[in-house]
Amino acid sequence: MNWLLDLTPDEWNAVRLSIKVATVAMIASLPPGILLALLLARGRFWGKTLLNGLVHLPLILPPVVTGYLLLLTFGRRGPAGAFLAEHFGIVFSFRWTGAALACGVMGFPLMVRAIRLSIEAVDRKMEAAAGTLGANPLWVFATITLPLILPGLIAGAILSFAKAMGEFGATITFVSNIPNETQTLPSAIYTFTQVPGGDEGALRLTLISIAISMVALIASEVLARRVGRRMDIE
Amino acid sequence: MTLSVDIRHRLGDFALEASFESAGRLTALFGPSGSGKSTLINLIAGLVRPDEGRVAVDGRVLVDTAARIFVPMHKRRIGMVFQDARLFPHMSVASNLRYGRWFTPSSERYAKMDAVIDLLGIGHLLDRRPARLSGGEKQRVAIGRALLASPKLLLMDEPLASLDEARKAEILPYVERLRDETKIPIVYVSHTVAEVARLASDVVVLAQGKVAAAGPTEAIMRRLDLLPAEERGEGGAVLDTKVLRHDETFGMTVLASQAGEIRVPRLARAAGAPVRIRIRARDVMIGVEKPAGLSALNILPGTIVSMRPGEGPEVEVGVDCHGAVVVARITEQSRQALGLKLGSQVFAVIKTVSFDRANTGAGLPAEADV
Repeated sequence: MNWLLDLTPDEWNAVRLSIKVATVAMIASLPPGILLALLLARGRFWGKTLLNGLVHLPLILPPVVTGYLLLLTFGRRGPAGAFLAEHFGIVFSFRWTGAALACGVMGFPLMVRAIRLSIEAVDRKMEAAAGTLGANPLWVFATITLPLILPGLIAGAILSFAKAMGEFGATITFVSNIPNETQTLPSAIYTFTQVPGGDEGALRLTLISIAISMVALIASEVLARRVGRRMDIE
Repeated sequence: MTLSVDIRHRLGDFALEASFESAGRLTALFGPSGSGKSTLINLIAGLVRPDEGRVAVDGRVLVDTAARIFVPMHKRRIGMVFQDARLFPHMSVASNLRYGRWFTPSSERYAKMDAVIDLLGIGHLLDRRPARLSGGEKQRVAIGRALLASPKLLLMDEPLASLDEARKAEILPYVERLRDETKIPIVYVSHTVAEVARLASDVVVLAQGKVAAAGPTEAIMRRLDLLPAEERGEGGAVLDTKVLRHDETFGMTVLASQAGEIRVPRLARAAGAPVRIRIRARDVMIGVEKPAGLSALNILPGTIVSMRPGEGPEVEVGVDCHGAVVVARITEQSRQALGLKLGSQVFAVIKTVSFDRANTGAGLPAEADV
């Protein structure tokens, strides 16, 4: 046990950074994730298939390609990167925020899919009933739709978190592998495997990443079951 | 309250073209499935936007396509009770009940929580989740939820259609109380004569997307030709009566009606209580002289005021008994044999046992509580 928890400061940093990156990626993806899922589940507009394809792109493209595209758009000289840096002081390249962005983008299709499925499962008659009781569309969404899709929301968030914990290709391409800044768990493990005598460290971090993923998964199961019981949908 | 509807709306192959006005306490939209009743009620509620037309409640225009007016459903203050209750599964019964209250400006809240809970007998359900309620309980809660939004008009879309007979009998008295004890005008969609005859003050008959007839319940229910084919056997005279006395020796109740005394199986109602009965036309016989040696107990003297050819060999004969018209379905052969014509003095004969729970609007001895 001591052997497992006896991490070097750099290894600890990698663990902390990974959790931070994954959490931020998950939370930041939720609002646009819900919006896009709503649009795809309910919207009827020209180019819906195209939008759907775009959302799913990170799932199909090699992660390196996604990372490279991020570098081109959100890098220091990229159009979006330059704009954000100049007007909002948000810099992505070679920062942990960039890692969060890469992880968020990679997990986005999974999150949107889960939320979209749960939105499609919502009985729209319930929303109509709320409407006749005087709730405007915004209130209907907040008091009926959102609570009813909560299990899907949790599933989508956990998927995004899990994907972020394991993301490697896009992250390393976009923000490289800088200890204490962009070196997440997978990058750290990769680094260990590249140096002689790094096996022990790689194994330690591997076990830790398994543990974190398991805890997240179990937590989501418990949470989803609780929500389900609250709603009495057996 | 006056509800005025004048609508043209297409749904695929189906065309709804309905125009009527009603100021009734409880207006029934009556017709077979596919006649456009539900579409019509959805148009009034604002769930559907009509292609063309106008809907107004008490002069307040809710839709007018010509004037480009469309009040969205959440601003209409029209309560709706759906066939499938539609209680919110993630909320307790109490939260469901409170939901509409929330969105009602406090100056317009007339419905009192306690009064509604009492009216519907749902006090013991407040902490439960909808999934733990029976079909009848769900529907009562749904009615309460709609009421507590203090609506200006209450729409009920076949609220009993998905319930079994026992559950229907459980809900009907509550709808009657709603009609008699609150001031909210009600529009009630149904495809059964039993419900309409018992509950409605006015009826709008729909057939194939058009208004086939509209008028007071008594006038519509005895026009058998206006009723959907599968419900025609249930049609007949609707009479508002009062309990005169109970005959405990034989287990009967004597009702006082305009047409005279009518004996029915013992009703669980106190003397003086109003009872609306429906005398099915197929249950009525006609005699030209006062019948003797007959087992039937109800013999009402009257004058023939209408004769209309019915299905196949039948004639529908309307007999005015002191101002109340009783309808009989007899064969053309009998009509000729008896020489019946308009103005003939006759006797309408009704067996006591032809009255049951479905056409006396009250519980029979089996579930007596009076």
